[in-house]
Amino acid sequence: MDIKILGTGCAKCQKLEQLTREVVAALALDATIDKVTDPGEIAAWGVMATPALILDDRVVAAGRVPSAADLTALLAGTP
Amino acid sequence: MNTSALVEHPVRSSARRPLLLAGAAVLWIVAYRVNLRWWDWVVYDVAGLDPDTRLGSAVHFFLYDTTKIALLLTGVIFVVTIARSFMSVERTRALLGGRREGVGNVVAAGLGVVTPFCSCSAVPAFIGFVAAGVPLGVTMSFLIASPLVNEIAIVMLLGLFGWKITVLYIVGGTTIAVVAGYVLGRLRLEKWVEPFVFETRLHGEPIDSSAQLTWDDRIDMGIEEVRTILLKIWPYLLVGIGLGAAIHGWVPEQWIADHATSGLWGVLVAVGLGVPLYSNAAGILPLVETLHDKGLPMGTVLAFMMSVVALSMPEMVLLRRVLKKPLIVTYVAVVATGILAIGYLFNLVL
Repeated sequence: MDIKILGTGCAKCQKLEQLTREVVAALALDATIDKVTDPGEIAAWGVMATPALILDDRVVAAGRVPSAADLTALLAGTP
Repeated sequence: MNTSALVEHPVRSSARRPLLLAGAAVLWIVAYRVNLRWWDWVVYDVAGLDPDTRLGSAVHFFLYDTTKIALLLTGVIFVVTIARSFMSVERTRALLGGRREGVGNVVAAGLGVVTPFCSCSAVPAFIGFVAAGVPLGVTMSFLIASPLVNEIAIVMLLGLFGWKITVLYIVGGTTIAVVAGYVLGRLRLEKWVEPFVFETRLHGEPIDSSAQLTWDDRIDMGIEEVRTILLKIWPYLLVGIGLGAAIHGWVPEQWIADHATSGLWGVLVAVGLGVPLYSNAAGILPLVETLHDKGLPMGTVLAFMMSVVALSMPEMVLLRRVLKKPLIVTYVAVVATGILAIGYLFNLVL
């Protein structure tokens, strides 16, 4: 699975990255996690409020950090 | 693999939640009501300080103001966050798409006040707006209004100066955002926007961050926002109130009257000092309150506050990634001029 975390370096962006890594580890997923900090690239995804989460080229969350439960459901639900 | 700890929803029993919230609301009202009497009793009766001494009145001012502002912030940020969770930057852009300048500036400034927005997202939002065809000046109206008329400023003004000043501030701030954005749009400054902004192709499918939230989610967001903001601003708040208390107790009114003339120069000096200074409304307002108590006119004081919150170095550094220097300089100059005008106007009418 290809996971991208979009964020300009704000506190919530770091929180999302940390949480995502925890959930990926807990689910023992085979995933690559990339951080996207370039504002042009972030905007190109159609994201205007960071942090945002992209799973396999699909924006699944923007503007807030999902709860651990929501994140687990999102990550477990993607093949 | 053991995922149970993560999969289980956190304990939040929806049935008991309304009761807990109602209880918290009652506690809040009681605390707000007894705040003055409580500190009167603690400072003057229990600690035995004399209200007529500088130390006594400064200590009382500090404790009373800190409590009052902390209560106001907690209550209003919670309510505002929940109300704002129905709005999003995505929805704002959709509302602005295809609007012409003029009406577009008014709508953008209004949306800038109500849309939940962090200046850390200013750059992606700027690109997102402009690449989607929202005119530059309309985008600017949004970016100016957002920090200038924010919920913290409104709450603190309401608590410290009452509703008349608050309404004037909101109207004044929104007017600045509308006019400054319109002027910036008319100046045709597109050549000073980094070219890649116009070349950005939006390939992602934008999602609306306000959609699909349950009431529980919104309440959680409210609690989280109160926590984040209080943790972030308490040092500013204490320094601001501390300085306010010191001035309150020790700086004589004559000094302010001698050094801060209310005439022509007052507003100019206030804005000149305020632009490079950067703080949030929570830090600056207790200071503003004391300066006003000491005789500085309202327009001067509000112009100072506006220039501190609206124009900040960190945001300009961020915006430098999408705007060339001449545009940033023009932006600061136009907004500062607007603030000056509002300051003079308020001094005339108040």
